[in-house]
Amino acid sequence: MLNVALPKGRLGEKVYAMFEAAGFECPSIKENNRKLIFENEEKQVCYFWVKPSDVAIYVERGAADIGVAGKDILLEYNPDIYELLDLNLGKCRMAVAAPDDFYDDGNKRLKVATKFTNIAANYYSSIGREIDIIKLNGSIEIAPILKLSDVIVDIVETGTTLKENNLSVKSTIVPISARLIANKSSFKFKGTQIEKIVQSIREQVKAND
Amino acid sequence: MNNILRSEEKAIFALRTLYQQYGYMPFKMSKFEEYEFYIQNKDFLVSDRIISFNDTNGKLLALKPDVTLSIIKNGEDKPGEKQKVCYNENVYRVSDNTHQFKEIMQTGIECIGEIDLYDLYEMVMLASKSLSLISDNFVIEISHLGLISTLLENACRNSNFKQEALGYIAEKNSHDLINTFDKYEIAAEKRDGILKLISVYGERKSVIAEIEPSLKGVADEFLAELKALSDMLDALPFSEKILFDFSTVNDTNYYNGIVFRGFISGISQSVLTGGQYDNLLKKMKRSSGAVGFAIYLDLLDEMPTDRAEYDVDVVIIYDQNTDKRYLAEMVEKTVGENKTVSVQCGDSANIRCKQIIDLRKEG
Repeated sequence: MLNVALPKGRLGEKVYAMFEAAGFECPSIKENNRKLIFENEEKQVCYFWVKPSDVAIYVERGAADIGVAGKDILLEYNPDIYELLDLNLGKCRMAVAAPDDFYDDGNKRLKVATKFTNIAANYYSSIGREIDIIKLNGSIEIAPILKLSDVIVDIVETGTTLKENNLSVKSTIVPISARLIANKSSFKFKGTQIEKIVQSIREQVKAND
Repeated sequence: MNNILRSEEKAIFALRTLYQQYGYMPFKMSKFEEYEFYIQNKDFLVSDRIISFNDTNGKLLALKPDVTLSIIKNGEDKPGEKQKVCYNENVYRVSDNTHQFKEIMQTGIECIGEIDLYDLYEMVMLASKSLSLISDNFVIEISHLGLISTLLENACRNSNFKQEALGYIAEKNSHDLINTFDKYEIAAEKRDGILKLISVYGERKSVIAEIEPSLKGVADEFLAELKALSDMLDALPFSEKILFDFSTVNDTNYYNGIVFRGFISGISQSVLTGGQYDNLLKKMKRSSGAVGFAIYLDLLDEMPTDRAEYDVDVVIIYDQNTDKRYLAEMVEKTVGENKTVSVQCGDSANIRCKQIIDLRKEG
């Protein structure tokens, strides 16, 4: 049985459609109920919905053999997994944003508000800029408005939220998209089934490009 | 007796016997080393967080976070002789999950001297035999850091490129590796060979056949070493469980040649890691080479096991009116019948047993 961790929400539904097209359908997943685990004995596959930021943990610890996680989560938590495929879904970017009129003259320590402390620390360390990280869990955009921070490091999709708060992107750190990941040990023992799925999804991704 | 040993304890016993059969002598070391020693070699350690404390004379000591370093430090180069040791030691490291220190039981072997093909074979063979003693369903995968490094350096001399590419090879991440090729403007004809390090893995002969064309004239020496090793491994009974997979990438500052790791079905991460680490000895100003591996026995807890239905066979319950000599006789009689027994005063609902002998009723 291959255990697949899918991120709850619209992205997860799109990803499930790709697994279904690959021949690993599980009709019960489409039933309107509150179940979280769905199994298709015949196809030897079991899907479960988990919080998107938890997918990598399920896969790293072997509770799921494969799963789909955002590159933001993989960069932030650095799990010991295989990253097999870029699904080209959920595309956005990790960026530094600040009030439209902000200018970093480099004279003092930069205050950075973010949910992604490791990504922010690694980015500023790579450019040799001294920073003070302020870890927040949501509504990051208001931090520079209330002078809690100079800039923010956050995911930017369309930029609408930034615009509405008079913020703009100052630099892009890394492009983000959903990635198909696998547990390293599962890949050794369930490799044939995993490769079959990866091959089919790779073709779907190419066709969608 | 075998039934009452935990999988970790059974493994220690079986592995020590195996290693001694092949002439690996037990190496017992102190739990402490000078803190400074680890700081000088912190890159070799999994984590640089070490438990340190002051000795009675004020010297700063550390609880061992690693065994290999201590073995190398205490050995000496003897031309023509190979130092072969096995160990079974606790090391103290920070857990990735809890970020707290934990004690990890590690067992392993090291061979220090002039390393040749036979030593590499013996090491991979013993790694495979070790895992076969723990489970039938295991895999050993072998990689070659000399080969990977040469291929990467042949494509680009920039050390940042090498580090980034090694990371992506370890993740089997070809999409980001291609972006890195673009970033460092790697020539088109050099890309294919590197990408094959990700896409080609598994059965040894077919891997060699696929990577050979891109390595010819670039890494002939390493390819020949892999081939020769593979041929020797053919004779092993579980040869098909030993694969080539270049996603095994250890620190190139210390490891230089063959590296390998082992997986057991049902355990979520590799339980065995090893390889040739001549570079570490060079760093310690020693002329020898070395190869070795370690098995992380704490991970065996993840192996699916049948839960015991009972804690003991018999619970004997007595009270203050029970004749204690009779009680002692009953206990010895039960143990004599090869049963396990727990003597309890009063009801003991928490102990799961097959039979209860209640001496209170018998007066």
